[in-house]
Amino acid sequence: MALDPIKSVQGRAVYVPGSDIDTDRIIPARFMKCVTFDGLGEYLFFDARHQEDGTPKEHPLNEERYQGASVFVSGVNFGCGSSREHAPQALYRAGFRAVIAESFAEIFFGNCATLGIPCATATSEDIATLSAAIEADPQLEVTVDVEKARVFFGDANFTVHIPDTAQDALVSGRWDPIAELLENAEKVDVCLEKMGFVST
Amino acid sequence: MGKSLYEKVWESHSAAKLSNGQTQLLIDTHLIHEVTSPQAFGMLRDLGLPVRHPERTFATVDHIVPTDQFEQPFADPLADAMIKELDRNAEEFGVTYFDLKSGKQGIVHVVGPEQGITQPGTTIACGDSHTATHGAFGAIAFGIGTTQVRDVLASQSIAMSKLQVRRINVEGKLRPGVYAKDVILHIIAQLGAKGGIGYAYEFGGNIFDNFTMEERMTVCNMTIEGGARCGYVNPDDTTFEYLKGRNYSPTGADWDAAVERWRTVASDADCTYDDLIEIRAEDVAPSVTWGISPDQGLPITGNVPRVEDADTPAAKASIAEALEYMQLEPGAPIKGTSIEVAFIGSCTNGRLSDFREVAQYLKGHRVADSVKAIAVPGSQIVDALCRKEGINDIFTEAGFEWRGAGCSMCLAMNPDKLIGDQICASSSNRNFKGRQGSPIGRTVLMSPLMVAAAAVRGCVSDAREVFEVGETAAV
Repeated sequence: MALDPIKSVQGRAVYVPGSDIDTDRIIPARFMKCVTFDGLGEYLFFDARHQEDGTPKEHPLNEERYQGASVFVSGVNFGCGSSREHAPQALYRAGFRAVIAESFAEIFFGNCATLGIPCATATSEDIATLSAAIEADPQLEVTVDVEKARVFFGDANFTVHIPDTAQDALVSGRWDPIAELLENAEKVDVCLEKMGFVST
Repeated sequence: MGKSLYEKVWESHSAAKLSNGQTQLLIDTHLIHEVTSPQAFGMLRDLGLPVRHPERTFATVDHIVPTDQFEQPFADPLADAMIKELDRNAEEFGVTYFDLKSGKQGIVHVVGPEQGITQPGTTIACGDSHTATHGAFGAIAFGIGTTQVRDVLASQSIAMSKLQVRRINVEGKLRPGVYAKDVILHIIAQLGAKGGIGYAYEFGGNIFDNFTMEERMTVCNMTIEGGARCGYVNPDDTTFEYLKGRNYSPTGADWDAAVERWRTVASDADCTYDDLIEIRAEDVAPSVTWGISPDQGLPITGNVPRVEDADTPAAKASIAEALEYMQLEPGAPIKGTSIEVAFIGSCTNGRLSDFREVAQYLKGHRVADSVKAIAVPGSQIVDALCRKEGINDIFTEAGFEWRGAGCSMCLAMNPDKLIGDQICASSSNRNFKGRQGSPIGRTVLMSPLMVAAAAVRGCVSDAREVFEVGETAAV
């Protein structure tokens, strides 16, 4: 399956501060009553963005100046908790194409990798510098260079960490592994055969 | 040099090396449910692919199932549609399905072990982060996203990178009134919600040697709350005893061969670990959470932290955010915090032993008038076993509502939800903001007996005092 290589993501950014932002917060469970992922974008961070009566709360994603951002910036252990792919799907459908955080929960990271959303880890100091720059100029163009594992903005740049396997998959356009998995399916069958499950 | 169980299972399940350097890992057993599978089946249809090994794929419905309505159509048309979608997918793709009429339906992590589908030395995946539960049997079991559910359906494998292994030893003697739930809440509070990133947790020590399978499941279930994608206990006679005679367990000569194989998969005595943590069982207290992350926990005798207790700006911000959301007074004792709802159930603590343990203390007590209390068995089989022992009657006589099987108020995708800023004493696994169905609802995690104590007193309480728990309750 031919996929587009993802060598870099360029666009405006928004910073949503906080540690341990879980996938329930990214997409509350009640919005998972669906049989497709279509339309999940509008429920992104729904309860963090809305009062109980549906009126908007103060939240970076509600601010006019950050509308249209495609790079999401956050804190430690981003995407922890539930394995729901609805979380990265909601981010993607709300227009986000890359996430920069201090660290990522593993299942969330894996889900993003399979969807072709680069997740880049940066130090808290670099994230503070970047968030201050976005705050000062919401129109600032931010580039997440996947190939070089660096983030560029204005005159500044810093190194990020992207695990080799994810970096290679993104840059080579093989971030969705299904084609390769199917190519090797007979090897998997051989492996399964050896496990000796008794059919019932 | 010896190998750990994780390394052995990883090696025996590595089918191929992928071009990006990851491993193509065989998944022996794929568990699916109604919430994270419909899109995956949709992707299979788009690709024109069958389920490659329907005989290794097992489905049930749990997340969205009402616990007080048993006939379809359900009041919620979206829930009804999702269940019908799984009915259709299981039928069309030939997958084994423990549906609502089977008498075997329940939370996927209760059903797998109950049926003997969960076996030592295997890999198990499910589109649910609490798949780690199955590690109690010495399986490498982990949650995956929906696109990976597609991968497993289509190829019985996923792309994965190898984890490191952290051994966690718990040695000593647990004090009376301290349960498996307290052990895992204690571990998470010690190591943090992200402490396990990059690790598989191997739990051991005399405490785990002596734990029942259900206690081991409670601990492994919540490894994900500590950031570790999977956790396991080496298989032993306790494991084999549990599995013997279950529906999907091997029989006769196959059983003997399986036990022999399962024994060899346990970690070798001389294996090395990437990290080792020692915990004294005597240090574990009946534990509760006070905040909005599972690592924000403390002993029942402890005080809620103050912002100034933290040393970094990020830690201060986390405490401030949690205190504000939970509406707790900084520095105040957690004991005595009023509660409005009590929930006993979930894949963490919704098994027979959980209800049995509570029932022996609850008899003769009454849920406070101010509290709505519900008990939700983890499966139809747990429900039937509880009824057979009269456990349901003890709960209802005490003022609990006894419900049908499902995930219920752990994540509130069904009608069991908190209302407004209600605060719930819960035997489930997550205290995230809004987790129990109301965007401003509040959760205090604890063991089932502590939930019962809170229900009786109407506030967060020490079960040892409420129920006069003596030496006999010690594990």
